[in-house]
Amino acid sequence: MNRNVRFAIAKTHLLARKKQSAIAALGVTFGIGTFIILVSFMTGLNGLLDGLILNRTPHIRIYNEVKASENQPIDLHPQYKGGKNMVTSIKPKQELAGIRNAKALMSVVAKDSRVKGVTPQVSARIFYQSGNILLNGNAIGIDVLEEDRLFDFHQYIVGGSPSDLANNDNGIILGAGVAQKFSLHVGDKIQIMSSTGQTYKLKLVGLYQSGLADIDKIQSYVNIKTAQRIAGESGSYFTDISVKLFDIEQSYDLSKEIERSHGINAVDIKTANAQFETGTSVRNLITYAVSITLLIVAGFGIYNILNMVIYEKMNDIAILKATGFSGGDVKRIFIYQALMIGIVGGLLGLLLGLTMSYVISISPFETEALPTVKTFPVNFNGLYYVIGSVFAIVTTFFAGYLPARKASLIDPVDIIRGQ
Amino acid sequence: MESKIKLDCDLPIGEPSVILSAKNIQKFFTDPVSIQVLKNIEFSVNAGEFVSIMGKSGCGKSTLLYILSTMDTQYEGELWLMNKKITGLSGKELSAVRNEHIGFVFQFHYLLPEFSVLDNVKLPGLKLGKLSPEEVEFNAMEKLRMLDVADQATKKATQLSGGQKQRVAIARALINQPAIIMGDEPTGNLDSKNASTVFSIFKDLSRELGTSLLIVTHDPDFASKTDRIIEMADGEIISHR
Ligand SMILES: Nc1ncnc2c1ncn2[C@@H]1O[C@H](COP(=O)(O)OP(=O)(O)O)[C@@H](O)[C@H]1O
Ligand SMILES: [Mg+2]
Repeated sequence: MNRNVRFAIAKTHLLARKKQSAIAALGVTFGIGTFIILVSFMTGLNGLLDGLILNRTPHIRIYNEVKASENQPIDLHPQYKGGKNMVTSIKPKQELAGIRNAKALMSVVAKDSRVKGVTPQVSARIFYQSGNILLNGNAIGIDVLEEDRLFDFHQYIVGGSPSDLANNDNGIILGAGVAQKFSLHVGDKIQIMSSTGQTYKLKLVGLYQSGLADIDKIQSYVNIKTAQRIAGESGSYFTDISVKLFDIEQSYDLSKEIERSHGINAVDIKTANAQFETGTSVRNLITYAVSITLLIVAGFGIYNILNMVIYEKMNDIAILKATGFSGGDVKRIFIYQALMIGIVGGLLGLLLGLTMSYVISISPFETEALPTVKTFPVNFNGLYYVIGSVFAIVTTFFAGYLPARKASLIDPVDIIRGQ
Repeated sequence: MESKIKLDCDLPIGEPSVILSAKNIQKFFTDPVSIQVLKNIEFSVNAGEFVSIMGKSGCGKSTLLYILSTMDTQYEGELWLMNKKITGLSGKELSAVRNEHIGFVFQFHYLLPEFSVLDNVKLPGLKLGKLSPEEVEFNAMEKLRMLDVADQATKKATQLSGGQKQRVAIARALINQPAIIMGDEPTGNLDSKNASTVFSIFKDLSRELGTSLLIVTHDPDFASKTDRIIEMADGEIISHR
């Protein structure tokens, strides 16, 4: 009952100065709208970049690094134990670049409950041949379908498709840079030469574009068997094992476990891409800082208009109090005004944010680095709309609270006597 | 939600029941120097009584009225309304007392300019919340009709003449059927014709509705027609007539 009266009074006050109320509400609209646009766009972008790195990169890469043995024979000799042994010109161990016993290792890792999938790679040095010209290159043999399932391989493919490679043992997905240099198109043949001088004619079934020119000039993908043949190795030869986890946060721990129990190198995604996380958190920070600043500005707008209303309405406040409205009633009347501005402005802001986000999401966005992305990435997450609403209400409440408190403390006698 | 003060006015019939009584009220202003503006104010108003207060400008009439209307709480002594001690109640309780039992009419009509005449009258009734909004509206229209301003109901308060505004203010003071109406020179700003209309309205109220009236006035004609005149000088009551 009483609430309705207070509400009606607040509404009358606001409607009596439509222009000022509208401007104050627009401040909130602008603040919330910008927040929604910024946060949707920024997180969309973050998601895209996350996808770029996190979805396409192995969470753990297992490989065999060629390096000198850490335990030199002299360390094992009892006579030289405890002393400091100096050995110069150490040579790396003579061993294969491949991972020893890779199949067994893969099946062990794949059984781990944290692991979503495991797929091997075979890397082979090659030369792309065109007439007399030889270009340095690298062919990576992959299990195409697993690679696509785990690491979205298709996102790199600009011509042809991953399944075309899976279906063709003599197929190759050529780096876009190489294709450009040799003026090759999907369907053409290309001759490559292995490091031992063997030549192979492969059919170009697709083009690969990572967006990094240096990689696209060198790298190509073939089937595992083809790569093993080029490398002159047997069917048990693998140079890398890519592991994808269900939870990326566990990649460091698991990589260390693998290193320990299998005596092999395993690097996790975070160690390999340390700079990446910093970028994401800085972008998030900027988004929130800008939005909160805008909302605070909007809050000052509301604070201002309410202060003004209260100075203009001293008489009305005195009358309300003289006729039996309490300080609490008066306070609530003004807080209601702030909240009405906040709610109307906030709702319009959500609408503005949604509309603008939609417009952005259908705007064309083409970049070399992301061949499969055609429009700007926008994250339409309901949570941001909830946060925006809460922001609007909290800001306007606090902006309204101080003036409202001041109004509630106005002494009607002072006002009436002053006349 | 609101704490309501239950005020009891069932007194033995025959004896006039006391509506308002001031017991030894003192008022000091301390700014800039401490001066006493009210001294040993002691009087009461009975049910249905029409009392006027007179005195030179600056003798403390308004100050007294603000205390009696519960708006000013900075005083010594005691204030009783309908056999209930008012002195010492919380601000919220005082608001409730004011809302339900006291009607106040100011010299400068003091209507809310953004609200219609009808809404101005309704607001204290809606605040009280004892009747439905429809009943409050019905009562408000009745009061406006009684004061002959019903035809102005939908206008904004600012569109009325001074005499009309004062009548609307009286209608507002009446909306919750208060025990007492206080006025601080309510006719001081009106021409003699309007002033006498307002006076006859007050007279009717006390006679027909049994409402007590305590009206500050400078007008000796006005005062002479009331039941009793309290005369003040320098913060003291110098005579009851
Ligand atoms: N806020 C105040 N501070 C100090 N003195 C005041 C204040 N208000 C009124 N006074 C003084 O109190 C006295 C009584 O004032 P008031 O009650 O308004 O007189 P009246 O209504 O009879 O003309 C006057 O001398 C006036 O100057
Ligand atoms: Mg006065």
